[in-house]
Amino acid sequence: MTDLLFARAQMGLSLAFHIVFAAAGVALPLLMVLSDLKARRTGDADYRKLSLKLAKGTAILFAVGAVSGTVLSFELGLLWPDFMGEYGEVIGLPFSLEGVAFFTEAIFLGIYLYGRERVSPGMHLFSGVMVAVSGAASAFFVTLVNVFMNQPSGFVATPDGPVDVQPVVAMFSAGWQYETAHVLLSCYQASAFAMAGIHAFVLLRHPGATFHRKALSVALPLACVTALLQPLVGDLSAKHVARAQPVKLAAMEGQFETERGAPLRIGGVPDVDTGTVSGALDIPHGLSILAFGDPHAEVKGLNAFPRDTWPPVAKVHVAFQVMVGTGSLMALLSLVTLALRWRRKQWPTGRRMMGAWLGAGPLGLVALEAGWLVTEWGRQPWIVRGVMRTAEAVTPVPHLAAPFWTFTVLYLFLGVVVLFLLLRQVRDTLPGAPTPAAGHPPFGKDEAHVH
Amino acid sequence: MSTEALLGFVLAGTFVLYALFGGADFGGGVWDLLARGPRKAEQRALIAQAMGPVWEVNHVWLIVGVVLLFAGFPRAFAALSVALHVPLTLLLVGIVCRGAAFTFRAYDLRGDAVQRQWGLVFSCASVVAPLLLGMCVGAVVSGAIRVEGRVVVSGFFASWLSPFAWAVGVFALTLFAFLAAVYLTHEASSPELKEDFRRRALGSGALVFAAALVVLLLARTQAPRVWHGLLASPFAVALHLGTALAAVAVFALLWTRRYAWARLAAAVQVGLIVLGWAAAQYPYLVVPDITLKAAAASPSTQRLLLGALVVGAAVVLPSIALLFRVFRPRPGAPSVTRTRT
Repeated sequence: MTDLLFARAQMGLSLAFHIVFAAAGVALPLLMVLSDLKARRTGDADYRKLSLKLAKGTAILFAVGAVSGTVLSFELGLLWPDFMGEYGEVIGLPFSLEGVAFFTEAIFLGIYLYGRERVSPGMHLFSGVMVAVSGAASAFFVTLVNVFMNQPSGFVATPDGPVDVQPVVAMFSAGWQYETAHVLLSCYQASAFAMAGIHAFVLLRHPGATFHRKALSVALPLACVTALLQPLVGDLSAKHVARAQPVKLAAMEGQFETERGAPLRIGGVPDVDTGTVSGALDIPHGLSILAFGDPHAEVKGLNAFPRDTWPPVAKVHVAFQVMVGTGSLMALLSLVTLALRWRRKQWPTGRRMMGAWLGAGPLGLVALEAGWLVTEWGRQPWIVRGVMRTAEAVTPVPHLAAPFWTFTVLYLFLGVVVLFLLLRQVRDTLPGAPTPAAGHPPFGKDEAHVH
Repeated sequence: MSTEALLGFVLAGTFVLYALFGGADFGGGVWDLLARGPRKAEQRALIAQAMGPVWEVNHVWLIVGVVLLFAGFPRAFAALSVALHVPLTLLLVGIVCRGAAFTFRAYDLRGDAVQRQWGLVFSCASVVAPLLLGMCVGAVVSGAIRVEGRVVVSGFFASWLSPFAWAVGVFALTLFAFLAAVYLTHEASSPELKEDFRRRALGSGALVFAAALVVLLLARTQAPRVWHGLLASPFAVALHLGTALAAVAVFALLWTRRYAWARLAAAVQVGLIVLGWAAAQYPYLVVPDITLKAAAASPSTQRLLLGALVVGAAVVLPSIALLFRVFRPRPGAPSVTRTRT
C-alpha cells in the first residue's frame, strides 16, 4: 500500500469508528430524556432504571466519541496538511460552532450524570435536554463541513489557494439541508434500532421481562418514525446528488453510458473494464423517474466524464445498494410493526416480531456506515471536489503504515471493550441477575438502591 | 490591536485554560500513579471524584485551541502538523487511552484487579501526554522547526527531541502535577487527605522551580529567541515578575494551609507562565519562520471567527460556571462517588 492509501485508510478507520459513537451521542440522550419523562409522568421504577441505564450507556459511548473526535480534529492536519492549510479558514466556522455545541454537550452531560442529587429535578431534566440538543447541533455543524467538501462554495480558487473567502456561504453550500437531515435521521435511526435489537434479544429469552417491554416501547416509536422518514429524505438527497454530482450518481447506480429512460439497477457488481453491471435486477426507466421525476429524463453516464475523475465505481455502487437495501428492510419492518401496533393497541412482542427486530438491530449502523462510504468514496479522487485532489493534500511524512496500524489495533481493542461493557450493562437488567460486585458506581447512593 | 493579534491572544487564552483545567486533569492522573501511604485508596478515590464530572469539559479546550489554530492560522497548523506529526500522533494515542481507561474504570463494576489495570493505563497515559505536549511546545519556541515556503525542511524528529524540548516536557509534567496537587488540597474532604496533597504540592512545587531553571539555562543556547523575549521587553519582565510573585504566594499559602487561596494563586501562576511563553515568542507562531500575520486567515474569516467566539463564550461560559458551581467541594456533604474502602 502507498502512503496515500494508508492515510486514507487511517482517516476512514477513524471516521468509521467515531461515527458509531457520534450517532449514539446524538440519539441516546434523546432516548434517555424520553424515558426520564415517562418515569416522571408515571412514577414507574422501570422507566427510571431505563433512563439510568441509558445515561450510563451515553456516558461510556460519549467518552469514546469525545476522544475519537479529538483524534479526528488533529488527523485533519496530521494526514491532510495542505487541505487544512488552504481550506481551514474556509470551513473553520462550522467547526468552531461544532466546538461550541460539543462544549455544552460535555458540560450538561456532566451535570446530568453526576448531578442527580445536587440539582433540582427541573434542572436535571433541562440538562438532559441540553445534552440532546447540543448533540444534534454538533452533528449538524460537522455535516456542513462534509457538504462543503462535496459541493465547495464561498471562495475563488487560485493556484495559491482560495481567495475572496466567504465562510458563511461556504458553511451553507448547496444541498446542506438534505445531507444534514439525512445524517441526523440516520443517527436516531441507527441508535433506536440498535436499542430495540438489544431488548428484543432479551425478550426472546425472557418473554415476560417487563423492564425490556417498556424499554422497547421507548425505542420502537423513534425507530419506526425515523425508518419511514429516512427513505423520503434519502430520495431528496439523491435527487440533489443527481443534479449536483452526476458522476457520483452514475457510480452509485453503475450507469456507464449516458441514456434517456435509464433503468434502476438493484444489486449487481459493476465492472469498469467492460462498462457493465453483472447480476443486477433492472427496473426500466426507474432511475430516470427516481432521479429526475421523468421516465424519459437523461441520466449522465460515467463515460461522459474523464476517466481520472471517476470514483471507485464498484465500491460506491455496492455501498449504495447496501444502504438502500438495509434502509428498505428497516422501513418495511417499521410498517408492519406500526400496523400491528394500530390493530392491537400495543407494541408487538411476539416471538417472530422480536426475532425480526433482533435481526434488524445492527441494520441502522450498517446503513449509516454504508451511506457514509457512499458519500466519501463517491467524492474521490477529490478531497474538495473539483478543486483539490486527495493525492495533493496528503502529508509528506513517510511510513504512514505505522500510525495506521497503531490506531487500527487501538480502535479494535476499544471497540471490543465498549461492546463488553455495554453487554454487562444489559446483563444487569436480566431477570434474576446477580447484584453487581462492589465497585464505585459513579451515580452514588441513588443508583445503588435501583439495583 | 490587529485582528490577528486579537485572535492570537484568544488562542493563547485557550492554551491557558487548557493548561489550567486539562493540566490539573493530567496532574490528577500523575498522582493516581504515585498514590502512596495508608490512604492510597482514598487518594485515588478523591482524584476520580474530582475529575469525574469535569474531565471531558476540561479537554474541550484543546479542541477549541486546535479549531482556532486551523481556522484562524491555517498555514501554521499545516506546518505544525507535518513537523510534529510523530509526537502529536503519540499524544493522541495517550489521550485516547487516558479518556477510555478513565471511563471504563468508572463504569465497570468489577473487582479491584480490573479497576487497577485501567487505573494503570489511565495514569501512565497521564504522564506521557503532558510530556509530549511540552516537547511540542519546546520544539515550536526553540526555532528548530524550519519552514521554506510551505514545506517543512527540518525533518520529523530533530526539532522535538532536542534537550531543550525534553526539558520543556519535564517542566510541563511537573507543573501539571503541582497544579493538580494544589487543586486537590482544596477538594479533599478530610484533613489527612489535605495534608497528603499539601506535602505533594510543596514537593512538586520545588521540582517546578528546578525544571524551570533548567529550561531557562538551556534556552540561552537552544532557544535564543525565547531567551531574548524572556528578558528583553518590559511587558515580558512584568509577566515574569507576576509569575514569581504568584509562585512565592502559593508556597506561603500552602505553608499556612489556606487552600482556596493557594489554588487561586497556583492558577494565576500557571496562567502567567503560559502567557509568558506566548509573549516571549510573539509575533511568531512557529519561530522563526511563521509569524501570526503571515499565517493568518483572510480578514473576513478572522472577523467571523471572533464573532463565533463571542457567541460561543456567551453560551459556554455561563454553562461552565454552573457546572463548577454544582460540583464545588462542600465540606461535610456526601461525596459524588461512593469511596472505595
